[in-house]
Amino acid sequence: MAAVLVVAGCGGGSDQLKVSAAASLQPPFTALGGARFSFAGSDQLAAQIRAGARPDVFAAANSKLPDALYADGLVSKPVAFARNQLVIAVRRGSTIRSIAQLAPPGVAIATGSATVPVGAYTATTLARLPAAQRAAIDRNVRSRDPDVAGVVGKVMEGAVDAGFVYLTDVVATRGRLRAVRLPPALQPEVVYEAAVVRGSLHAAAARAFVRGLVDGRGAALLRRAGFEAP
Amino acid sequence: MTRPFVIVCGAALSVAVAFLALPVVAVFADAPPRELVSSLGDDAALDALRLSFECSALALAAVIVIGTPAAWLLATRRFPGHALLVTIVELPLVMPPAVAGIGLLAALGPDGILGGISGRHLVLQTAGVVVALAFVSAPFYLRLAQAGFGAVEPSLIEASRTLGAGEARTFARVAIPAARGALGAGAALAWGRALGEFGATLMFAGSFRGVTQTAPLAIYERFSTDLPAALALSAVLIAVSAGLLFTVKLAGRDAVR
Repeated sequence: MAAVLVVAGCGGGSDQLKVSAAASLQPPFTALGGARFSFAGSDQLAAQIRAGARPDVFAAANSKLPDALYADGLVSKPVAFARNQLVIAVRRGSTIRSIAQLAPPGVAIATGSATVPVGAYTATTLARLPAAQRAAIDRNVRSRDPDVAGVVGKVMEGAVDAGFVYLTDVVATRGRLRAVRLPPALQPEVVYEAAVVRGSLHAAAARAFVRGLVDGRGAALLRRAGFEAP
Repeated sequence: MTRPFVIVCGAALSVAVAFLALPVVAVFADAPPRELVSSLGDDAALDALRLSFECSALALAAVIVIGTPAAWLLATRRFPGHALLVTIVELPLVMPPAVAGIGLLAALGPDGILGGISGRHLVLQTAGVVVALAFVSAPFYLRLAQAGFGAVEPSLIEASRTLGAGEARTFARVAIPAARGALGAGAALAWGRALGEFGATLMFAGSFRGVTQTAPLAIYERFSTDLPAALALSAVLIAVSAGLLFTVKLAGRDAVR
């Protein structure tokens, strides 16, 4: 019993704001500070909230997951706070300059799994391609990672030739990776939403954190990291 | 006057057992029986379980074949750098899986030290899963095998030598049978560790259904979309792992008798 209380004290006694955030938000949020962050795939973080975890803020790489939690009464009304772009990340020296160059046999690709936002956006983009090209690119996928950080790592290490990630992920590599932009017709709408988790003990601070993402220091840091205004 | 002490020990044991068993019990309590059955009918789940068992069995075989003679040498010889070697061999035990994953990439990834040889033959391939599992599980076997060989009665070894058996014959006919309990326990622990491996596999081998997505990776993926299915697959993995552990333990005990 004593041990349980000690362990509980480690988590519950803290006055710090707890923020569950999409893996792609790591650079600007870490620079922002002022909270204890837990970065992972947005789908994993949403599932943790469904399973009873109670962070104060949930910041996701899409609107679908926060909206679904809101519909179930688990978070307050979500607020859009940033936009991003899906791009193809390649290493600096790569010859890949277009999505068509992902189709030839032998090209190795990493994407997010179907459940994580970056994987869902990738599926949206691929679905807009001609069927044959889409099938050829699908055949070249070697790994479906649980979050975008895994995809970035696979490209960085040369385990794959290209990966579908966000533009901000490439910006964060400071030139080690290059972004191949998608034609506008293939670009999905990538909107980030944040919400205060119901039952948060720091609701006022949580609301202030979310507000800061929209027009405060958080917003400024997001712009500097390459995120666009919502 | 040993009574209070025994009571304290008993209380400690109760806490330990309750703490360690509770999550296991909870998985089975929460996994709906219908889901448990239907999870076995799910092709993706079966792929993951099959891959987990195949890869962990291959990794374990490699660990035993190479680890047994290696542990024999570590247990029976004292040479300069012995302590250092033992430490190196045990290091993966205390390595976070993410560190193991980075290390494997740095060594055997396309850009790694041996990248010229390994290229992309291991990374994101089933063979890479086997390598990752062998890396994280080998120290468990080596540790227990070394302890087992170290505990073999020296008179047994001497008797074998006196009767004219060479070291190879002594190793095979005397030392291995005498240390079988420890070897079995080491193999069980190594197998269990391999079955549960997550981080190093994800980083080095990735996650792709039927190729590199082992059961723990499939469970993680299901957690976000289908908690009952995640629980069901967890229950199956626990049941099979427990069966393995128990069987090996029993086999080891019989061997000692």
